[in-house]
Amino acid sequence: MTVASPVKPAVRRPLVKPDRTIWLVLFFIVTSVLLLISHETDIMRNLGPLGDVLRNKVVEALVVSLFLANVLFAYLWKAANWAKLLVGIGSLLFVLPLAGQADTSLLDLSIQIMIFAALALGLNIVVGLAGLLDLGYVAFFAVGAYTWSIFASPRFGEVLKYYGENSGTTGSGTLAIGLVLAAVTAGSMIYIRGLHGRVAPTRLSNLSFLLAGFGLLSGIILIGRSILVLFSGSADAVASGINPGFFWLFLALSVMTAALVGVLIGLPVLKLKGDYLAIITLGLGEVIRVLANNLGLYTAGSQGITPIGTASVPWFNSLVGALGFRPDQYYLMFLYVLVLIVIAVILLVNVRLDNSRIGRAWIAIRDDEIAAQAMGVPLMQTKLIAFATGASFAGVMGMIFAAKQTFISPESFNLLQSITVLSMVVLGGMGSFSGVILGAAVVTLLNLRILPGLGEASANVSWIPQEVNPANFNRFIFGSILVAMMLLRPEGLLPNKRRTRELHHEDDQEDESVDGNASGLNAGGDVYSAGLATTKEDDKTGGDR
Amino acid sequence: MELSILLPFIVNVIIGGLVLGFVYAIIALGYTMVYGVLQLINFAHSEVFITGAVVGFEVFRILQDSAMNGYLKLLIALLAAMAVSGLLNVLIERLAYRPLRGSPRLVPLITAIGVSLILQDTLRFLEGLQGRFDLTYTLPAGFGDKFCAAESTCAPVGNFLRTIGVDVQLKDVILVVVALVSLGALNYVVNRTRLGKAIRAVSQDRVTAGLMGIDSNLMISATFLIGGALGGVSGVLFGLKFGTINAYSGFDPGIIAFTAAVLGGIGSIPGAVLGGLLLGVIQNLIGVTNIFGNLLGLANLGTIDASYSKIGPFIVLVLILIFKPTGLLGKSNVEKV
Repeated sequence: MTVASPVKPAVRRPLVKPDRTIWLVLFFIVTSVLLLISHETDIMRNLGPLGDVLRNKVVEALVVSLFLANVLFAYLWKAANWAKLLVGIGSLLFVLPLAGQADTSLLDLSIQIMIFAALALGLNIVVGLAGLLDLGYVAFFAVGAYTWSIFASPRFGEVLKYYGENSGTTGSGTLAIGLVLAAVTAGSMIYIRGLHGRVAPTRLSNLSFLLAGFGLLSGIILIGRSILVLFSGSADAVASGINPGFFWLFLALSVMTAALVGVLIGLPVLKLKGDYLAIITLGLGEVIRVLANNLGLYTAGSQGITPIGTASVPWFNSLVGALGFRPDQYYLMFLYVLVLIVIAVILLVNVRLDNSRIGRAWIAIRDDEIAAQAMGVPLMQTKLIAFATGASFAGVMGMIFAAKQTFISPESFNLLQSITVLSMVVLGGMGSFSGVILGAAVVTLLNLRILPGLGEASANVSWIPQEVNPANFNRFIFGSILVAMMLLRPEGLLPNKRRTRELHHEDDQEDESVDGNASGLNAGGDVYSAGLATTKEDDKTGGDR
Repeated sequence: MELSILLPFIVNVIIGGLVLGFVYAIIALGYTMVYGVLQLINFAHSEVFITGAVVGFEVFRILQDSAMNGYLKLLIALLAAMAVSGLLNVLIERLAYRPLRGSPRLVPLITAIGVSLILQDTLRFLEGLQGRFDLTYTLPAGFGDKFCAAESTCAPVGNFLRTIGVDVQLKDVILVVVALVSLGALNYVVNRTRLGKAIRAVSQDRVTAGLMGIDSNLMISATFLIGGALGGVSGVLFGLKFGTINAYSGFDPGIIAFTAAVLGGIGSIPGAVLGGLLLGVIQNLIGVTNIFGNLLGLANLGTIDASYSKIGPFIVLVLILIFKPTGLLGKSNVEKV
């Protein structure tokens, strides 16, 4: 290849997409009618054999999937804007709640899909944008869930009672000591940090920073303990959990706690390279699960916490009541709308971040860490932001998940959940927001509707052995999704443009390479890195210095 | 607390840990060898290893009623497990990893996780077809007895061990012997044969090795074969040690073994063995922290129990990677751009 004559880029004529407004509206109407009919028992009874077909679990799952495909088509197809708006708003705000009125499991399913979509969006920031494979992502989900569950359930009263009975010498004096300790250590940490900005840190100053950190930690523990003891008198008042009005405060708190845990987990491990990071995060995810299992006083161990309260908004209840919902459906409707709003916010945050300095820094780190560092991207800080942002999405959805299920146990947060979320991201396309949401919808539908539906259908067929029950094959299916996507279409179903080019760039360069050895040239670049970028280099590149 | 009770207790916990550690060491070799040539954490190795355990179970089950010598049964089980696991590992590499050479590192890693999940359910399905889930080894007679029991020919040795308070079963001794033999064999293959030399060359620099006329793909397959065969051995040993396994029980020992490989220095074969032994002991010690506390008359450590021994390895892993990322016996490497 001569250098002088640049290869002419393949001219790709922009495909003129046919306008599909009519098809979109038609599809919307047909699927909406199908969905509504299949959930109206009265009409179904009059339909005779057709009703039987529609009542079949698999068919029902298909109808739901087709209906949800509306939103996807509205996003993908070229159509008039009014039609897109009509389909989007119509299906999410009118048809779905209407069908959910007849069958609450539909609302439940939609909430579940959106919760997982938010999780997938969060993991997408970590894995898809920043390129940090996190296999313990569900830990942040657990943190959010437990943050609310401990306080909004009888657990809190029991914790207070325990501290009241085992107060020891803790009292208001302890509170004072704790406050002083925390203030002094926090002050010195800020001072040392400020000093580090001006003079090079020494071993001694680093050590004292660490020491102050421990002091701060113990101060916070003392404060927490003394507050619990001081308030133990009101244990009876919160016997069934705190006032549900605190829901909104905890919505913010769960975001912050999860982000904080993200930073705390990230600090020690984010220096590690890809595969080490994967295994460490996997381990820390398990650590959080084991802790939830063993800290029986706070989490009720493997029995799980129940019942968990939800906020109740009187005006919203009367609104949906006026629309014909039964009182037992109020809270699901409330959560549905809440989740819709939260996911809209998350999506907005995602899009804005993607187009920001931070978003570009993430992608730079994903593509080449050392080059990014050389360009002045502060590695640690940028990775921590990715971790914290991803974690905060999981945190808020964890709380909503707890409120929806009214029951959580450590088993809701096992490794398989993390893998499930990962397969959503991989299926949809790493780095692509629409793809990730699609992945979440497909995997959740598979998990909650299609597999159980197939399982039920096959249970009645005598020649299929019970062990083949598709409902037990979710590991197999997620595994196949991961492998098949990686082998056949690593950019995902709805790929992100930049990512696609990155994953296929060898196709342009390596036409002449024979199967075996030449392909090693690529992998040879990072042979045998011991898993750690050097700390010293990292320190010198702070963006703000 | 009386020292005369505490000391044998500690000794036995450590010996138990070492026995366990040999199993981890052999599993860790599979991880470390693959990492050495491909820089890939072969997540599927835990399933390759548990496949070996399942094969071992099947062999012992089929030979249950035959009058064959117990050691011969064990040999058959080991060979069968080595063959199946080794070929499975080669197959995985050929189908799932080879097409992805040269793609970003995340891609084969995610594939490996996927392969691991697929294998878990496939194994469960295959055993489920025969109505089994938990597989309990039917060991040949005598394997579960005390080592050198009073009536056997080697009773003096057994008596001596018992007087100093060491309490081991025959199967523990068999396990250690098998592990040592496989380590010796591996050491011979890697350091004394042309094949081993070629594998080492490929793991140092695949491109240059290719230029020297080494078929790097063949060598990678050979590495997977050896690693898988070792996985098969460790599977049978694992089944021997714990008695009951199922399709999902490869995960925990797999993670611990990987930690062992990192602890010893990934890519280093003696390191993997050292790491495995250390982690086995550490895990056993965490498991009995509570009993220690009680024996020493300390406050009840209550919440620290066996379930924490699962997360112990992770804590160790975090600490090594932060403070000595090259591991105990690994060489330090500067990252190249």
